Amino acid sequence: MVEFTLPKNSKVKKGTKHPKPEGATNTRTFSVYRYDPDTESNPQLDSYEVDMDSCGPMVLDALLKIKDEMDSTLTLRRSCREGICGSCAMNIDGRNTLACLKPIEECKSDVKVYPLPHLPVVKDLVPDVNHIYAQLTSIEPWIKADTPPPPNGERKQSPEERAKLDGLWECILCFCCTTSCPSYWWNGDRYLGPAVLLQAARWINDSRDEATGERLDELEDPFRLYRCHTIMNCTNACPKGLNPAKAIADIKSKMMERLG
Amino acid sequence: MTSNSSSLRSPLGRARGLGSAKEGTHHWWVQRLTAIALIPLTMWLVASIVALSGSGYDAFILWFGQPINATVMILFLGVAFHHAQLGMQVVIEDYVSHHGWRVTLNILVKFACYGLATLSIVSILTIAFGA
Repeated sequence: MVEFTLPKNSKVKKGTKHPKPEGATNTRTFSVYRYDPDTESNPQLDSYEVDMDSCGPMVLDALLKIKDEMDSTLTLRRSCREGICGSCAMNIDGRNTLACLKPIEECKSDVKVYPLPHLPVVKDLVPDVNHIYAQLTSIEPWIKADTPPPPNGERKQSPEERAKLDGLWECILCFCCTTSCPSYWWNGDRYLGPAVLLQAARWINDSRDEATGERLDELEDPFRLYRCHTIMNCTNACPKGLNPAKAIADIKSKMMERLG
Repeated sequence: MTSNSSSLRSPLGRARGLGSAKEGTHHWWVQRLTAIALIPLTMWLVASIVALSGSGYDAFILWFGQPINATVMILFLGVAFHHAQLGMQVVIEDYVSHHGWRVTLNILVKFACYGLATLSIVSILTIAFGA
């Protein structure tokens, strides 16, 4: 649903300046989006001058340093700090990426940090991803087969069949792609978005799955699938170098294939 | 995406919504098919207009009188208006979230496109048959 004007509580105000620690000579400014729904106040952009001589190389290192040493109220999700959990997905320097994989050196001098775009904000850099998780559940991302598994429980796959899952299984569900997609911004209530469609493709392309047709039936919809207009922001945003746009194109071509 | 905090429906219930429409591929394919058809048709139209430019009204009328020209021109108009309608439908579905407005606008665009297509085709036929 396109919104040409921002809702009242979306206007970001100027925030608090946190000066550099005493004695710091090599500093970098981080402008961080702050929002606390418990207060009536609008979001604000707080700035922190971080001492780079005692800071790790990644944006996540700086954010944790801010939280540890400058302002413990800063709220963010993080876990693995090595790009495998997808928790620290946020908008850094104007692009959706993982804070743990984004070197501070690659950012402009004033590093702007916002939550993932166009999602309800729980607090500061923590977006509400419940709807995307529900959409993921709706495509039933697990193996579905009527044939009982062999006695040893192992459903076999040839190396060629397994290779079809490459570029799909690596997704860590950080939703950098989904939240970079304008089509998802406007119609996210019904459009599944690149991350969930990539997961759908992961099961559609699995040779062990026997519900390929049902899966395609569920996606055969002007909104669920066909809101993708090949904008390619998803592929551009993916911090794991995956290509959700190609996975979606593959689903569309399978839709065509079964027509004739 | 905005959250509907007033609803107590479960997130999965909201995500599943009214279910799959079980259509969409046909629209997608015809949009591409008409786009491909418009490439040679548009090139033909531009080449023909360039070739005829400078000649008068009578030359154009004579040109339209040729069955092959009238045929290809009708094809161009039919395909172009069909493509326009399909494209406008996508734009409206993208940007108009209010269901009533979305349906109303789509109906108006369909009426306009197919009405104009019929009018222009009848005009060509009128010239072609010299009525």
